[in-house]
Amino acid sequence: MSIAISVHNLTKRYGDITAVDNISFEVKQGEIFGFLGPNGAGKTTTIRILTCIIKPDEGKATIMGHDIEKEPLQAKQIMGIVPEMSNAYIDLSAWNNLMLIGELYGVPKKQRAERAKRLLEKFGLYDRRNQLVRDFSKGMKQRLILCMALINEPTILFLDEPTSGLDVESAKIIREMIVELNNTGTTVFLTTHNMEEANKLCHRIAIINHGKIAAIDTPEKLRVKSSGLQSIEASFDYLVNMDDLAKIPCIKQVEKMGDKIKFYTSDTNEALNRIMDYARSHGLKIITLNTLAPSLEEVFLKLTQIKNGV
Amino acid sequence: MLSTTFFLEQIKRSLAIAKKDIQIYYLKGPVIVFGLIFPLFLFLAFTIGRNLSAKELFPGFIGMVVFFTATSVGPAILPWEARSKTLERLVCSPISTWAILFGDILASFIFGLFISLVPLIAILIIGVEIMDLVLLSSGMILATFCFASLSVLLSVYPPTDIPSTVMMLSSLIKFPLVFISGVFVPIEQLPEWGKIVASASPLTYFVDLAKCSVNGISYFSVPVDLAVLTAFALVFLISSVKLHERFLPKRFS
Repeated sequence: MSIAISVHNLTKRYGDITAVDNISFEVKQGEIFGFLGPNGAGKTTTIRILTCIIKPDEGKATIMGHDIEKEPLQAKQIMGIVPEMSNAYIDLSAWNNLMLIGELYGVPKKQRAERAKRLLEKFGLYDRRNQLVRDFSKGMKQRLILCMALINEPTILFLDEPTSGLDVESAKIIREMIVELNNTGTTVFLTTHNMEEANKLCHRIAIINHGKIAAIDTPEKLRVKSSGLQSIEASFDYLVNMDDLAKIPCIKQVEKMGDKIKFYTSDTNEALNRIMDYARSHGLKIITLNTLAPSLEEVFLKLTQIKNGV
Repeated sequence: MLSTTFFLEQIKRSLAIAKKDIQIYYLKGPVIVFGLIFPLFLFLAFTIGRNLSAKELFPGFIGMVVFFTATSVGPAILPWEARSKTLERLVCSPISTWAILFGDILASFIFGLFISLVPLIAILIIGVEIMDLVLLSSGMILATFCFASLSVLLSVYPPTDIPSTVMMLSSLIKFPLVFISGVFVPIEQLPEWGKIVASASPLTYFVDLAKCSVNGISYFSVPVDLAVLTAFALVFLISSVKLHERFLPKRFS
C-alpha cells in the first residue's frame, strides 16, 4: 500500500510554546487515520500544517508525494478539508459556495454543477440550495462544508472534529459518508474527541499529547498493548472482603461496581487462576466472570495522563 | 518559472475570487460609508458657496471619486475573511496568494471604475466639453487599478481581523493624500514644499491628467503622469503581494 501522507520530524513553535514537537508518522493510501489528543495537544496545528495553512518551523511533510512547502498547490489540489468551525461564506447561498470552491479547484463548469447537485441531494440540502448560509443550522453548515470539501473529488480528506457539537442525525450522516468515501478509496485523516467514533471508524490511531505522538497503532492493538489496563469483572454469591481481594498477587487494583468487582491486572491468565483459587479457598461460588479489554477512552486517558505526569 | 497554462488557470481562479468579493463586499456598510458617503460630503463641503464652474470642479471631483471608490473595498476584504474564517478556506485551496490578492484588487477596480463612470456620464449629459475623452478614460482605468492595488496594500498591517480598524487606519493615509494632491488646491498654487509633497502622491498625477483631458493644461506632462501612475501601480501591486505573503501566516496564529 503506498503512502498518502508522510510526516517527518515536524515541529511548530509559537514563541516559547512548542505546539508540535518533532512528530513523525505515515498514513497509508485508503486508510482512515485518527488523530486523537486533548485540547491544545497539537491536533489542529498539525492539520493546519498538512493543509498548507501554516508553515512548519522544522521537518517535512508530503501529500501523495508532493512536498507541502515546495509543491503546495499540487498538494492542495488533491485534498478536501472539513475544518472544526464552519468556514462557508454566510453571505452566499449554499449553491454559490459550492460553485466558488469548484472554481477555485479548477473544476469545469458542467462538472461543477453536476457534482454540486449530487452532493447537495446526498446531504439533504438541495431544497435549500438558494438560501443564504447565514440562515443554516450548525448541522446544515457542517454538511455544506463536507459538500464543499468533496466538490473536487479529493484523494485525501482532512476532517477536524467533523461531528463536534452536531445533532445526532447530522453526525450520523457525516460518519456514514466517511465510511462510504473510504470504501471508494479516499484516504481520511480525522481528528476527533469522540473515542467511540475513532474506535468505530479508524483503521489506525495516533494519540498526540503536548505536541508529541504518545502512541500510534490500530484501536485494538492500542487497547491490548496497554498493560495494566486489562481487567476482569467477577461477581460472587456472598459479599467479599475487598482488602483480601486487593492482596491477591498480580492484581494491581480492585474496584467495587455494584454487585460486581473489577480487578485490574497486567496478566489476565494468572489473575483468573488466582481469583478462582480465592473463591475455592473461601467457599465462594462465582456467579459471573468476564475478561475485559480496556476501552479506547481508558487507553487515551492513561497515555495522556502519563505524559502529563499524573 | 510560471508556465502560461498555470498562470491562466490562476487568473481564472482570481476571477472567481473577484466574483465572490462583488457578491459579498460591495454592499457592506464600511464600503458604502468610506467609498461613497464620505467623499460626497467632503466634496459638498468644499464646493457649496464657491463660485466655480462644473468644468473647473470636475478634475478634482473625478479624482476624489476614483480614489475613494477604488480604495474602499480592498482594505475590508482580508480582515473580514480572517474574522469569518473564510480566509483559511481560501488559503488551503489550490490558489496562489498573488491570485487571491489579484482577485481582491480586481473587485476593488470594478467597483471604482463603475462608480466613477456615473460622474463622467453626468458631466457629459450636462454638456461639459471634455477635450480628450480617450486620455481621461485611459487615465481613469490606470488610476483605478493603481488605487485598487493600494487599497489591498493598506490591509497588510496590522494583520487584524477587525475590519473597522483597517478602515480607520487606511483613512489616516487616504485623507491626507486627497489634500496634497491638487484636488482642492491646484498644484501650481502650492508652496515649494507642498509641490514636493504632492509629487509623492499617485492621486496628484491622475488629477493632473484629468485637468489636461478637460482643459488641455497640466502641471506635469501627460507622459510623466501616465508613467508615474504605472510605476505606482506596479509598486503597490508587487509590494502588496510580497507583504501579504509575509504577514498572512500571522492571521492564523
